Amino acid sequence: MVKAKRKPIEEIKEAIAGYKNILNVGCGGCVSVCLAGGQREVNELNAVLKLHMSKDNVQKSIDGYTVERQCNVKFLDELDPMATKYDCIISMACGAGVQNMAERFPGIPVFPLVNTVSIGIDRNLGMYEEKCRACGHCVLGYTGGICPVTRCSKGLFNGPCGGTNNGNCEISNEVPCAWYDIYNRLKAQNRLDDILKVQPPMEWQNQTPRTIIQEPYENRYRA
Amino acid sequence: MKSGSNFEKILKAGHFAFTGELGPPRGANIQVIKEKAAPLKGNVDMVNITDNQTAMVRMSSWAAAMFVMQEGLEPNYQMVCRDRNRLAMQSDILGAYAHGLRNILCLSGDHQQFGDHPQAKGVFDIDSIQLVATIKKMRDEGKFLGGADIDEPPKMFIGAAANPFADPFEWRIHRLAKKVEAGADFIQTQCVFNMKKMREWIKMANDMGLTEKVYILPGVTPMKSIGMAKYMKSKVPGMDVPDEIIKRLQGVDKKKVADEGINIACEQIEEFKTMKGVAGVHLMAIEWEHKVPEIAERAKVLPRPQV
Repeated sequence: MVKAKRKPIEEIKEAIAGYKNILNVGCGGCVSVCLAGGQREVNELNAVLKLHMSKDNVQKSIDGYTVERQCNVKFLDELDPMATKYDCIISMACGAGVQNMAERFPGIPVFPLVNTVSIGIDRNLGMYEEKCRACGHCVLGYTGGICPVTRCSKGLFNGPCGGTNNGNCEISNEVPCAWYDIYNRLKAQNRLDDILKVQPPMEWQNQTPRTIIQEPYENRYRA
Repeated sequence: MKSGSNFEKILKAGHFAFTGELGPPRGANIQVIKEKAAPLKGNVDMVNITDNQTAMVRMSSWAAAMFVMQEGLEPNYQMVCRDRNRLAMQSDILGAYAHGLRNILCLSGDHQQFGDHPQAKGVFDIDSIQLVATIKKMRDEGKFLGGADIDEPPKMFIGAAANPFADPFEWRIHRLAKKVEAGADFIQTQCVFNMKKMREWIKMANDMGLTEKVYILPGVTPMKSIGMAKYMKSKVPGMDVPDEIIKRLQGVDKKKVADEGINIACEQIEEFKTMKGVAGVHLMAIEWEHKVPEIAERAKVLPRPQV
């Protein structure tokens, strides 16, 4: 799922500085799972903001509301009766949700409250690891299920480079070398042939805005 | 002849090649290049011109290479994959060739996080092996990576790097094989300090027939101080500095440490001269260019052959 991290409070305060009536909208999707922008985080953030406002002697009203998902416009319909009462909307959704919100309410300024960081996995409670950069051309088949685009700091397709350092990346002793791991996994599976041949340059699929249409729906949208 | 460069001719004639290195200035000061080039002239067959090494902004390697050429030295134009995409790489290669550059070294490049612009966006559109293959395609097929014909293809002598000491060790020889398969004509290695491992690696290259297809030049770096040796051991990723080297430097009089560093380098060069599968050495006298004449003299690689 998408993983996100809340922006620093100072940045949020700056974004809303010019607004009086504010609606904070949470998202029940990925950001809720990764504890960044679900209903609980909406309540927590609003409480923090209220503390700051009383400390800074600033008058604002901040309400909270959480929808099931912000990346589908039909879940935003329920905001219709209330949205126009606010000067601005602050959204705890990922970048996709924020944009969907801004598109749904084009007359109201919408500000993001989280930085969308990655597509990742839950490593532990509150700890998430990036696993995919949505390059659009998955190579996991020949890399032992370890993504070189995401996990190699240089995104190499013919790694490892000369900077491998006791199994770690040259950038840090805390970042495992993706290609070291690829090598070891393929070796254990007796599949080193997969990386012995030279991989040609990647045909990048993520250099233009992408809209996908699943095959069963092609006729519906392309007719 | 693939490129007709002096370096290629020297290797082809079977001479033991001796190459040097020059880091471009952190500014537009041409005087720095001239000062660094002077002690190299006549003492090396080719000079590597580094490309924003350690991810610090410097004068572009092709531009510095042009100045080095004007000083009467043959440059080895280094290009890293970190800073440019496949369009910029190919166009730079065309320009470099048109200006007379004939040797190129393809590298991944140190990660931008090491340098003075740590939040820069790393490009890494293609990797170093793919860059080797791209230049080979340009030279031998006269085609761009995208497939279109090139009007006057660049005839470059193509180099790649190898680090026999980075782990996993047993994979390193296969990585070399991939570089050879992609089209590398010559290899310059990471600084060698662990000779035992180096011998093992070269033996594997011999056994796999790789040394018949590619010229290998081990990298030699004289240690200037004990501090440098310790730094390289602990701080430079992929560097293998055995304790014996540090102990040997510690064993001599304080004033003789740099001299001992040169002694070690010269002993390595002597061994490489007779090592099967080794075509020369690449001397990386880091910020020590003025010592190159002395090192070359003591390593008995002078005079350089005229071909």
